[in-house]
Amino acid sequence: MELFNNLAQGFAVALTLSNLFLAVGGCFLGTIIGSLPGLGPSNGVAILIPLAFTLGLDATEALVLMTSVYYGAMYGGRISSILLNIPGDEPALMTTLDGYPMAKKGRAGDALVLSGVASFVGALLATVGLMLLAPILARIAYLFGPSEYFALYLLAFCTLGGLASRNQAKAALAAMLGLGIAMIGLDNTTGLPRFTYGEMHLMDGVDFLVAIVGLFAVSEVFVFIESHGKNSAIGVTLDKITVPFRDIVRCFPAMLRATGIGFVAGILPGAGASLGSFLAYMAEKSVARDKDSFGTGNPRGVAAPESGNNAAAGGALVPMLTLGVPGSGTTAVLLALLLTLNITPGPLLFEERPEVVWGLIAALLIANFVLLIMNVPMVRLFVTILSVPPGVLLPGIMMVSFAGIYSLSGSAFDLVLMIIFGLLGYLCRKIDVPTVPIILGILLGNKMEDSLRRAMVISDGDWTYLFSSGISVGLWIAAIAGFVAPIFLRPLLKKPAQPGN
Amino acid sequence: MVSDRIFGLGIIFVALFYLWSAANIQIGFLSDPVGSRTFPYLIGGIALLCALVFVVRPDPDPVWPRLPTLVRIVAAIAVMYLFSQTLKPLGFIIPAAIASGVLSYLISPRLLASALTGIGLSIGLFIAFNSALGLSLSPFGRLITG
Repeated sequence: MELFNNLAQGFAVALTLSNLFLAVGGCFLGTIIGSLPGLGPSNGVAILIPLAFTLGLDATEALVLMTSVYYGAMYGGRISSILLNIPGDEPALMTTLDGYPMAKKGRAGDALVLSGVASFVGALLATVGLMLLAPILARIAYLFGPSEYFALYLLAFCTLGGLASRNQAKAALAAMLGLGIAMIGLDNTTGLPRFTYGEMHLMDGVDFLVAIVGLFAVSEVFVFIESHGKNSAIGVTLDKITVPFRDIVRCFPAMLRATGIGFVAGILPGAGASLGSFLAYMAEKSVARDKDSFGTGNPRGVAAPESGNNAAAGGALVPMLTLGVPGSGTTAVLLALLLTLNITPGPLLFEERPEVVWGLIAALLIANFVLLIMNVPMVRLFVTILSVPPGVLLPGIMMVSFAGIYSLSGSAFDLVLMIIFGLLGYLCRKIDVPTVPIILGILLGNKMEDSLRRAMVISDGDWTYLFSSGISVGLWIAAIAGFVAPIFLRPLLKKPAQPGN
Repeated sequence: MVSDRIFGLGIIFVALFYLWSAANIQIGFLSDPVGSRTFPYLIGGIALLCALVFVVRPDPDPVWPRLPTLVRIVAAIAVMYLFSQTLKPLGFIIPAAIASGVLSYLISPRLLASALTGIGLSIGLFIAFNSALGLSLSPFGRLITG
């Protein structure tokens, strides 16, 4: 009963005219962002955050807008995967494997509709899962003290880093870069400056929005300058759009399986949507009787990864809202939004600001139906937008990034810092250092240090206190396993080569 | 191989500098058991270890851009830097038109198309920011006051 009361309260918040408008607008923008190659959910959400502030939105409104963009980008990623054989964002990579061959056979419309429905099934069920699971996890989170939180942050770095790079040392270094940057500014405990080198601008620390927009959006400009022209694949034309009812019915069990896998992958801190779609595709292929047809345009190979990545997107919100630990790159960006809005995610959020949590959940439920309409009957509109040339798109992204950051602080120093982060992001991508752990480090650095210091105050400097509870020992074991296991699993989990190149 | 070794050496210097800076952090007289320096020491120490791994066991080299591309990337950085420095004194419209025009040219080198992109983006985004989003960007900065 409590659930229905909460949900009713949520819908009362979400169904105001302005919130509905923001949800629809966010879904629209998100689908565009997702479908454009080179603009994925994390950089799309990142460049829009400063704008959300200048609009003067309150916490719930900003969250409704941004999570609609997030869900929209997850839906939209498949469009260019299917039509251009270029994933619109990283989680949509698996959709290229069967989506593009299906389109080449002249079934582009069918593939788009089928994957749209698959996205809807995955995202809707994951939102229901979030609704049921988050309050339970929030109750468990009450048992967490500083030593458990320290172990939890460690777990997030280990699993995220372990999976994000092929080289564990590079993943660990990325985390250290982020944590090191987080130390810049005034020490929370003593109030004395650290690593500021007398520079006044650094006293407040490095603004994580500057870092995020630099690493995710500005670096994209450099990548495009390097690859200019090369990325323009031959597209497939889209004729009539009909609803392939037979395929949808036949793929329905696959969608449900993929949703389950994706949701669990999303909840694991750090794993995120890419892993969700990858595991969903591989699982579907391994249970299928017609294994050989995967990679040649099997409809189930289109439905499974799309359900998987959208379910993971919903699942990744669970640890972000209940524990303050993001489950993916994009939820890390959403965490930055929450922190800037002065909302501390965690169990107290469910007690003190239920209107934020339940309004958000209700808005996500509404957003799914809006997205189904946008992505099935209206999909042609987004296909047209896909033809924006990079020579217009990238300068546009840069201008929005600069104007957004400038409007927040009005300081040219932050803009220069953003360019430096852009360059850092480009270099990191060249030498395979993942950028998401850097963001996570900047976001969680001070919290991680605070939890360590508070734990040591409680135990009067006894380091064994960090391993004193069952929960924290479990988290430490999971963290070490999450960091070490990918070394051995990597040969088994080789991503299949992209066809058609 | 070489890239990772150079990168590793660079990180070793940064990490040593970071550790040295950490050792010079002022400590408050009411300190907790951990203090202000321990966590930065841990960060610097682990970074140093990672960097040593790169030097000892480097990954294969990535494909680095050739000279013409490198020049274009440096040009893009220069344009962005100039944009950041002129945004305040000259306002949004003129620097934005030049910066986005040049960037557009760097991505797909067609003169007329890039010029039109620059002007179009600058005016279009200015109108969008100022009217729809209420961002207070000055159109011409100190060029026109009044």
